[in-house]
Amino acid sequence: MPIRFDRKPGLVVYLTAGDPSLDATRAIALAAIDAGADVIELGVPFSDPLGDGPVIQRAMERALAHGTRLKDVLGIARDIRAARRAAGLVIFSYLNPILRYGLKRFADDAKAAGVDGVLATDMIVEEAGEYLAEMSRVGLAPIFLAAPTSPDARLEAIATHTKGFVYAISRTGITGTQAAVAGDAAALVARIRRWSRLPVAVGFGISNAEHVAQVAEFADAAVIGSAIVELIERATPETAPDAVARFIKGLRLPHAALAR
Amino acid sequence: MASIILPASPSESRPGRFGVYGGRYVPETLVAALDELEHAYAEARADAAFEAELNTLLTDYAGRPTPLYFAKRLTESLGGAKIYLKREDLLHTGAHKINNALGQGLLAKRMGKKRVIAETGAGQHGVATATVCALLNLECVVYMGDVDMERQELNVKRMKLLGAEVRGVSSGSKTLKDAISEAMRDWVTNVRTTYYLLGSALGAHPYPTMVRDFHRCISREIKSQILEKEGRLPTAVVACVGGGSNAIGAFYEFLNDREVRLIGVEAGGRGTALGEHAARFQGGAPGVLQGTFSYVLQDEDGQIALTHSVSAGLDYASIGPEHAMLHDTGRAEYVSQDDAAALDAVVRLARTEGILPALESAHAVAEAIRIAPTFSARDILVVNVSGRGDKDMGILARELKL
Repeated sequence: MPIRFDRKPGLVVYLTAGDPSLDATRAIALAAIDAGADVIELGVPFSDPLGDGPVIQRAMERALAHGTRLKDVLGIARDIRAARRAAGLVIFSYLNPILRYGLKRFADDAKAAGVDGVLATDMIVEEAGEYLAEMSRVGLAPIFLAAPTSPDARLEAIATHTKGFVYAISRTGITGTQAAVAGDAAALVARIRRWSRLPVAVGFGISNAEHVAQVAEFADAAVIGSAIVELIERATPETAPDAVARFIKGLRLPHAALAR
Repeated sequence: MASIILPASPSESRPGRFGVYGGRYVPETLVAALDELEHAYAEARADAAFEAELNTLLTDYAGRPTPLYFAKRLTESLGGAKIYLKREDLLHTGAHKINNALGQGLLAKRMGKKRVIAETGAGQHGVATATVCALLNLECVVYMGDVDMERQELNVKRMKLLGAEVRGVSSGSKTLKDAISEAMRDWVTNVRTTYYLLGSALGAHPYPTMVRDFHRCISREIKSQILEKEGRLPTAVVACVGGGSNAIGAFYEFLNDREVRLIGVEAGGRGTALGEHAARFQGGAPGVLQGTFSYVLQDEDGQIALTHSVSAGLDYASIGPEHAMLHDTGRAEYVSQDDAAALDAVVRLARTEGILPALESAHAVAEAIRIAPTFSARDILVVNVSGRGDKDMGILARELKL
């Protein structure tokens, strides 16, 4: 199970699969891994992404406009795994495309593709009986979100069922960039650590080296989503892999944080 | 096919589940707020003072009980079953939506929330929410799809007059579904200070149960009124079904009266192809949308389908989870009536009874018009006229060339 954060801080990179094309997503993911991403989250586009802000909403609309399907996302997951054995690979999806594909079939196919973990954004631990059984059957890591609003009892349940890493949401809200890392985040990570020894990754609104450096002070990894999706939106399919690689390399440079 | 998702333990009987349907499929950030709401609601229901305050408002402010009216001329013109109309259209603000808005508004106040958000399709729930927020001195923001703002312009102006901020939603199909997504995005961001006053029997637990409870008064009144007038229960109760709040309210007290047929009428739109209608039980499949597991109009990849109906209030890709259960168990029947039949029903009811129903409610009237002649004069149909049609005058003037 290669979900590991050997470098500090770890970097999780979210990409909306199929934006701007499946080929581009594959190339961007490989470039991101080579530039230092520890884990790639492949986002399955969904028509009604109610947890996402405008940047990822637009990316999903573009991906769906080219007819990106869950089976295509699993296809590029397989390619990425074949090309980069050591990187962590997570499928990030709303529940309905997975249900429609068939939970059992999804678990089998994701595992066969070499995926390590699954994060279903609208699946909470209380509803996850059958889902957890399928993840466990094939050996996929179920990753749950932990929120600043989650009381300790919920964090304990989340910690109990999560494998791979715990995804801590930095603030209440939807995905998108923000000016500063919310004060909520450090307190949440401290609470999660009472219940879990897994690495903790902090996401939502982490968009530059300064944010990553702040997160590194209290968490194991930072998740970069909307900032990279927006970068891809502004690039061409040909220039996007290099642009993303440069951006990721800049996230870990200590002087980049100090220079601000 | 409905066993895709089961509770953690199948033997566990959990609140918020209707058979396999319902549940809570939301971003983690909202779970604590849903728990808080569930507990606050349970406490409120156990508090006689809350019930008394709500009942006083329902009676003195909203106008309950609403009449059960024998539609003599409509009945005679059709030949067959006696048709009674449950006049929810006579309520303050013009639709049944005020029942739930008052209940949840009082709950928001009790929970100490100062800011209320809501989604609206036809605008009736938005108007009801804006009204209750004015009454209870709460800040009010209503999300409404751009398409619906255009076709229900009168209600937009009413909401503004009542002091609400109406925020247009330009994503997706620009209708009710997108308004709900945007309201949920607001709620997940402002969850600590904001009460989400959901207007249909949809969404994550406890909403489907809570909204149904606030509309139970409809069937409670129908039952006592029909027993008083006819000395027996109706043959059938007919109601339109968008999310399903008026229908579940009109059905609920009859669920154990097996001899009473319960007929839900979905929007048949302008065709049977996916995207041309909002008949979830004719082309939909179980899935998760906006917090709940129910029937959903979707494509083979699980992407939510576009929908169409002349009535904004029925134009939605999913349906309340309790209806999904009633469909599967066969306790309720679900049919559809198309745009043209609904428009015909508006005209017919207007000209035989002098009652102008909302386009949503007209779908139920259309079904009654279809089936009444197949019954005998001893049979009784109760049609829930969930709202009045004044809001639809723009559409009616155009469609009927008035």
